[in-house]
Amino acid sequence: MSSLHLAILLPFVFVVIIPLLYKYTRAIHTGWIALSVPVALFVYFIQYFSIHEAVEPITVSFPWIPSIGIHFSLYLDSLSLLFALLITGIGSLVVLYSIFYLSKDRERLNFFYAYLMLFMGAMLGSVLSDNLMVLYSFWELTSVSSFLLIAYWYQRKRSRYGAQKAMYITMMGGFSMLLGFIILYVISGTFSIREIIAAGDSLTSHSLFIPAMFFILLGAFTKSAQFPFHIWLPDAMEAPTPISAYLHSATMVKAGVYLVARLTPIFGAQLEWSWTIIIVGIITLTMGSFNALKQYDLKALLAFSTISQLGLIMSLLGVGSLALNKGYAEHSLVFVGALVAGIFHLINHSVFKGSLFMMVGILDHETGTRDIRKLGGIIHLMPISFTLTMIGAFSMAGLPPFSGFISKEMFFISLIELTENTSSWAAIIPVIAWIASIFTFIYCMIIIFKSFTGTYHADRLERKPHEAPFGMLASPAILSLLAIALFFFPGLVVTSILEPTVKGMAPQVFAVHPDWHTHVTAWHGFSLELVMTIAIVIIGTFLYRRIEKWKGPVFELLPKRLNLFTLYDKSLITMEKTATSITKSYMTGSTTHYLSYIFGFLIVIVLATLFGTGAFRLDTSQDSPIEWYELMIGIATVIAAVFILFSTSRLMSIMGVGVVGFTVSLYFVIFRAPDLALTQLVVETISTTLFLLCFYFLPKMKANVESIRFKLSNAIIAIGVGLTLTLMGLSAYGYRLFEPIAEYFTNSYELAGAKNIVNSLLVDFRAFDTMLEIVVLFSAGIGIYTFIKLRYAGRNE
Amino acid sequence: MKFTDVYLQTATKILVFLIMTFSIYVLFAGHHNPGGGFIGGLITASALVLLYVAFDLQTVREVIPVDFKKLAAAGVLISVLTGVGSLVLGVPFLSQTFRYFDLPFLGKTELATALIFDLGVYMCVVGTTLTIITSISEDDI
Repeated sequence: MSSLHLAILLPFVFVVIIPLLYKYTRAIHTGWIALSVPVALFVYFIQYFSIHEAVEPITVSFPWIPSIGIHFSLYLDSLSLLFALLITGIGSLVVLYSIFYLSKDRERLNFFYAYLMLFMGAMLGSVLSDNLMVLYSFWELTSVSSFLLIAYWYQRKRSRYGAQKAMYITMMGGFSMLLGFIILYVISGTFSIREIIAAGDSLTSHSLFIPAMFFILLGAFTKSAQFPFHIWLPDAMEAPTPISAYLHSATMVKAGVYLVARLTPIFGAQLEWSWTIIIVGIITLTMGSFNALKQYDLKALLAFSTISQLGLIMSLLGVGSLALNKGYAEHSLVFVGALVAGIFHLINHSVFKGSLFMMVGILDHETGTRDIRKLGGIIHLMPISFTLTMIGAFSMAGLPPFSGFISKEMFFISLIELTENTSSWAAIIPVIAWIASIFTFIYCMIIIFKSFTGTYHADRLERKPHEAPFGMLASPAILSLLAIALFFFPGLVVTSILEPTVKGMAPQVFAVHPDWHTHVTAWHGFSLELVMTIAIVIIGTFLYRRIEKWKGPVFELLPKRLNLFTLYDKSLITMEKTATSITKSYMTGSTTHYLSYIFGFLIVIVLATLFGTGAFRLDTSQDSPIEWYELMIGIATVIAAVFILFSTSRLMSIMGVGVVGFTVSLYFVIFRAPDLALTQLVVETISTTLFLLCFYFLPKMKANVESIRFKLSNAIIAIGVGLTLTLMGLSAYGYRLFEPIAEYFTNSYELAGAKNIVNSLLVDFRAFDTMLEIVVLFSAGIGIYTFIKLRYAGRNE
Repeated sequence: MKFTDVYLQTATKILVFLIMTFSIYVLFAGHHNPGGGFIGGLITASALVLLYVAFDLQTVREVIPVDFKKLAAAGVLISVLTGVGSLVLGVPFLSQTFRYFDLPFLGKTELATALIFDLGVYMCVVGTTLTIITSISEDDI
């Protein structure tokens, strides 16, 4: 156990502590207790951080299930540190914000903070784990805690719906990812990410390598809300706003990005990996930004914007992974620039999106609505909120002097270089991305101007808006300052985070180019990408001004049925209906049907085995000759059995069964089994008597006597079972593999002092069976007794 | 009005002793000849059923004041205890043994622990059979 282990376990300890303390500390807001955890962890992680040098990778391990190579091993390098700082840093700000956002008296804060701590611990565990299985465990834990947090207001139907949807989709991805991890383990023989990376090219030739890659990618895409799995994120907006800010913009949805970044050294050299990520990322980027325009709810708008921005980061990581490909080796340093841009935009996005969500929460809190059709003209009432929202939105739109500008420029550079250095059809990608950026610009303008400027309608708002309390504004203010600081001083993260992270992601490249350094600056001269940005601003402003004219017609053009949200709902309903109808079709409740399944199965399996494996054999050489009296008894038995089938009265059937029983006891006599014959006679008498008893008490109403109705399927099954078992018996008789052990028991007089072998078997050699059989008999007797005696007990009370 | 079948009752009084004697014989002969606890128990039960048929439930219950459920339970218990007894003596569960003794009147006689086990079987069979039959016949629908 190292301090790093303890750091991860700390939030889990507080999951227990917070509800305990909650009862005794009702006077203060529980959030203050919870706040200590992320702050302490942030302080702990910041000590590894230094502006001028990279963190020295740390590996600590603690055995968990050593026998199958599962160790609770942690690995702290620049990438993990970046995520750890984001999780704890934004976590602190979110907890601070939630203290002012959530009411102490009306909310169940103990649950809220316990879930939040659970999530924080799980998220830290995910990004710090070196062992794939431990990573997976924490990964699922983030899904579970996210599920709990989305459904925090479980009284609302939409919350439950959103939580269920998020659960289904992320769990599906999680399982797929687990499959990928297991395949990786099978290929490489280890769960450790370090060791798999070290194994290098020896894995890539394995035929299961590409399937494993796609299984893992599916996990990353579902978690990071990539197309077409993005549909859970807008519905997850039913969560309290601090949760949306924390989970669904800054941390959890980046877990997929983390996974892609972390596994790039393993899979990056595959073209399938790079292009899948690029294409999915670009589709997600465009689709998300386009759909964001349609939204009226600010949180839904931000959800689509998050989807879009995650697509952007993903596509950058995809472009960057081309650096590892041997086919593009000469351009590898060019592609590395995309990795820098991706990681840098990841930081920026967490900063401005966290801030924007908090601002939307404030708007909601102060005005009572998040609908942009109701908001407007509150710039004078909430000037600080306006400023902070503007900083966030401008940063997202990629305008100077905010950090989003730098990463947006780097994004364009990367895509242009992608076009220049790979195939010519890739030229379409920067164009699409550029159009998506125009959409992004427009919705950013919508966030600012639709909600703060324009005409003020006091009657549309539930409350009279006024500036939010300082405590609520503190967190977004800090994030906004960070967004500005990163523009003027990008060097804050360059040497400490960006360079070492990128070097860790493409170690093969930097083995060739050891003295590479990146330059992230706000100004880099007039170039194509700057022209693109200026064009975005001009066209975006133009389109924003006329949005009311084209918005309606454009979105009406799209067919409503081709909507993934409807498709999801429809497929759920269809699945339930199909499952119900399939189950209803065979679970009929009729014993006859179940019996025919069982017997049919028996026939098919046994016959297939008999003839499929060539086990069937008819060997009559060892058979004894048949005597005439045996034949007579056999014929009598058959006649009685057939008589049962065709008799028209139940009484006659009972008689037929009795005849069969007595002829069987005759067989025991002639096959020299006197004990059996005696017992069979008496037992047959008793059971016939009991049958007669049942017959006598049949209800009079339905006692219309009729013969057994003929049904072809039943006849086939009955004949089939008879035939199957006969063939099986004949074949089994043909194979005598071992000598029977009966020889031993002939010494029963010396061994057990008994001349009756059967009896000595029953009471001496195999007395254990007999003991249990009399227990069975006893249970049956007591069972009958209780059935009869306790029948009315319930009614009398 | 109570129906009384004098022939049946008289015959039963004699036959029950014969059948009981035969069942005890079958129980003890089981070790060397066909028979044993199970069939012996069934024959005893049939003797008692004959009593029930000839007389009525109430009368027989007064003559034989045995709770057959307890008899069956005792039988199971005896069988299990013979097994436990062998454990106490340090041999595997349900080990049986036998020895020859010179008993007065009977001469050289073989006594086997298996007989105790068979006695448990016998009691269980008698008890269970009669529990079933009496509880069904007492039932009024």
